[in-house]
Amino acid sequence: VSVSAPPPTLPPVTLKEEAPRVAAPTSRHTGRNLLIVVAIWLIGYVILKGHDTLNTPYQQLNSFDTWLNHIRDDIVASSQTNWFFHGIIGNGSTWLNARFTNLQDLLSQPSAGRPVPQIGWLGVVALFGWLTLALAGFRASLMVIAGTLSFGILGYWQDSVDTVLVVLLAVVVSIVVGVPVGIAMARRRWVSRAVTPVLDVMQTMPSVAYIPFFAVIFGIGLTCAVMLTIVYAIPPLVRITEHGLKSVSETTVEAAGSMGLTRGQLLRKVQLPMARRTIIVGVNQCTLAALSMVVLTVLVAGPGLGQDVLTGLTNLNVGEAAVPGLIIVIIAIVLDRTTTAASERRERTQGRVGSVSGPGVMLTSVVLERLPRWASEETRTRRLPTPALRRTILAVTFVVMVVCVYLSRTYLDLAQFPSAWNIGPHLVNAINSFSNWIVDHTDTFTEDVKNVISYGFLNPLQELLANTPWWLMVPVFMAISFVIGGLKPMITTVVCSAIILAVGLWNDAMVTLTATVVATVLVMILAIVIGVWIGRSRRADTIIRPFLDAFQTFPSFVYLIPALALFGPSRFTAIVAAVLYAFPISTKLVADGIRGVAAPTVEAAQSSGITRWQMILKVQLPMARSAIALAANQGLLYVLSMVVIGGLVGAGALGYIVVSGFSQDPLFGKGLAAGITLAALGIMLDRTARAAADRGRS
Amino acid sequence: MAPTPTTTRRPAGRAKEEGRMARRLLRLSGLVGVAAATALALSACGGGNISTNKKAAASNCGNLNIAMNNWTGYYADAYVVGEVAKDKLGCNVKYVNLAEEPSWNAMNAGTVDTILENWGHEDLEKKYITDAKTVEDAGQTGNQGIIGWYVPPWMAQKYPDITNWKNLNKYASMFKTSESGGKGQLLDGDPSYVTNDQALVKNLNLDYQVVVGGSEAALIKSFESAQANKTPLLAYFYEPQWFFSDMKLVKVNLPKYSSNPKVCPTAPAAIKCDYPPYHLNKLISTKFANSGSSAVALIKNFHWTNDDQNQVAEYIAKDGMKGPDAADKWIAANQSLVNQWLQGT
Repeated sequence: VSVSAPPPTLPPVTLKEEAPRVAAPTSRHTGRNLLIVVAIWLIGYVILKGHDTLNTPYQQLNSFDTWLNHIRDDIVASSQTNWFFHGIIGNGSTWLNARFTNLQDLLSQPSAGRPVPQIGWLGVVALFGWLTLALAGFRASLMVIAGTLSFGILGYWQDSVDTVLVVLLAVVVSIVVGVPVGIAMARRRWVSRAVTPVLDVMQTMPSVAYIPFFAVIFGIGLTCAVMLTIVYAIPPLVRITEHGLKSVSETTVEAAGSMGLTRGQLLRKVQLPMARRTIIVGVNQCTLAALSMVVLTVLVAGPGLGQDVLTGLTNLNVGEAAVPGLIIVIIAIVLDRTTTAASERRERTQGRVGSVSGPGVMLTSVVLERLPRWASEETRTRRLPTPALRRTILAVTFVVMVVCVYLSRTYLDLAQFPSAWNIGPHLVNAINSFSNWIVDHTDTFTEDVKNVISYGFLNPLQELLANTPWWLMVPVFMAISFVIGGLKPMITTVVCSAIILAVGLWNDAMVTLTATVVATVLVMILAIVIGVWIGRSRRADTIIRPFLDAFQTFPSFVYLIPALALFGPSRFTAIVAAVLYAFPISTKLVADGIRGVAAPTVEAAQSSGITRWQMILKVQLPMARSAIALAANQGLLYVLSMVVIGGLVGAGALGYIVVSGFSQDPLFGKGLAAGITLAALGIMLDRTARAAADRGRS
Repeated sequence: MAPTPTTTRRPAGRAKEEGRMARRLLRLSGLVGVAAATALALSACGGGNISTNKKAAASNCGNLNIAMNNWTGYYADAYVVGEVAKDKLGCNVKYVNLAEEPSWNAMNAGTVDTILENWGHEDLEKKYITDAKTVEDAGQTGNQGIIGWYVPPWMAQKYPDITNWKNLNKYASMFKTSESGGKGQLLDGDPSYVTNDQALVKNLNLDYQVVVGGSEAALIKSFESAQANKTPLLAYFYEPQWFFSDMKLVKVNLPKYSSNPKVCPTAPAAIKCDYPPYHLNKLISTKFANSGSSAVALIKNFHWTNDDQNQVAEYIAKDGMKGPDAADKWIAANQSLVNQWLQGT
């Protein structure tokens, strides 16, 4: 890159020369055009506010809603007789529910006539530990043992084990179904074309939105919970499998082909082994997504820790929500490290990858990044045991495990987690007094924050979005998406707006959009500040990134706990939780973008003698703008999925309708319509932001 | 585009690699199988100091899955029945956290056996009791339910005419909050609770906005802080309710309820009268009712007063007792009533 010699001071003119490669988009006058659109919108709003806002009363149903209700009623009516709904689904559900109860009797809950399960805590710890040893190695096994012990120490043994069992069940089914689908997609273009849009919808529709539908089909209970979990967890696995197979280098495939391998042989001997590690990254993502959904399936009586968290949340008992929340976090970290360890076992480290797409992401293309140093370094120097030694170790530990299982069946202390070790209740009290102390000392402050953002930002924006006539709002959206994204996103915007209008929830969609926009703006402010910092400083990166990685593995549900503790139930709580949930991914993407600015450019700018702030504002941020757009895109989708869960803690509009649709019989159809609206809103925002990101890159 | 091989000569290295992978997978699944089998085999062994509960083994109760709807009064019913079923009948009791209406679905699906405090739901009665015949009415709980809008005592003292709904608009500006969009705020409970509030506000032309508080605990907290700080609050609330012994909330009188649909329409969007009085009842799934479980008679016999329920609810919500402990305390003090419930089990 040749850069013209800079003058001593730094007038804007130089900068135009500094960054010629990103200067192209400015010729589109994006900023100016956006201003024009907004100005027209504001004028229109002032003249026309309050007209045609399509504000429909909450309990009023339209024909689409009642149509959906009728379908639901027909399914329910036939659920005892119909060959499909009763014969296959009903009996299948009953069968699976019964098998899972057997599994619980075996491992987690008192089984008939016994005060304890068939296998007590010691046996379960040994069993989990040994299985991990066989699948993922020694370190992972230690982690699993410690994690499993924490279930009892924190006082939620049964629900924790149940959570793990449901996650494992869902992951196994996902692998059995998802990997072959991914393989088929990589090998046949038409399969990929057919499946990708389905995955898009599955990932853009907030998970809570399809819960009522599944509850009607499968009936409330474990089967429904498992099905929901699979639907949520399978897309990342399918996508990453496809990506892994496709990214096996062309030359390798050609070389293998020239050796006379059939397509089947090629797959089994070349592509699958080479993509194996990427596929396990997919399993990792699938597992974390499954955990995050399993917690939410409490709404359909899914077993496990979600029950405890939700009870704590509804009783406003922060401690009782936080301790099971902590166990969920422990499970997330252990599962994450275990699946990562499984992918690394027996292999020298070379270009290790982890996926950026965490649970809840709706990435439609797989973005891979290097795992952080702290995660990959530990194994670099590890010496691997020889196969013979490994076999001996496994055999010996197997005997130990069997003895533990036997003992835990026989002695009460080894079956029932000793209450002397249970620190759960103390921790609950400690957390409650701590959170009360915080709330007592910050409640005027938090109230001020809430009021400043509500009155200064949230309410005016809501007024603007929800009180502009729909027929003005749609062209405004079209114009915005055209200006920042181009023609394709504009068409998406038209289609999505039409869907929202057709299902009749325009006004509620605008209210939800307001909360989403406000939360996303807050996320981006945080992400840019912290992202620039850790993007520029290696030391800050080493310290902060592990936390971001860890936060990213936490299920969304967990973030409601601190938000509720500080702000009480309200729409603002949902926004705070959404910000907490979305900012790790956005921050990482911004940081990567800043770091990705080519070194020669940075050096050249530095040699021109610009200040640090000029460097950030005029060089690094503008050049990282595609990464920032991607960060905004991801942040937005995370926020949207959280805004819905916010319906559980007092958020209004679509999230509330979705939750009500689940819990109020006559609102079923309307709740489903709200789910469709959310998906449309998500796709509209996603496509526009993604087009903007692509444009920045080009 | 697929290569058409003439021979299938395998490169030796690859074959070995494949064989190794396959073997490893086989061995692993084998090991897991062996582990599971061993664990199960050991399950058959007895010994040690774990004694099987003879009463439970001998009882004909089996599993009892009780829906747990999320308000404290319901918890009181559920824990008392659950504890009696566990201790006296040897049932294997499980509490399933679920919202009201999904609990009906769960009974239909067979994953929940009983709802112990049901508030009306005529549409669901028709759907599941009359049509699908998967749910049965198991009789009254003896509790009388009231739903309405309440203000904290200080407001009723200072503004005595606020208890008439016709005056609500006069005071609307007082109830404004950051959440209520320039109107007065009417604070509601959990999204799953029985509520007509959105329709009432609209049909009575009230200048109010329904804002969702989230839960019973949130409502109680709001009333406590409103009374302590003398801030205005208008909120959805209900009886039986232990909290009334702490604070005498005052009910706002909405247009009087009448069972005549011409006076008081019943379509959800058209409702414009106060909530009807509720005679709370119990429900039981048909499958469970026919299972021969001794818990069926217990559930059908269960009957108590609002005061009884409030007592247990207060143990739980105010004194912070664990549900089963609260139930045990009440059961110990009311043996004769409990014995009546056990007749015929």
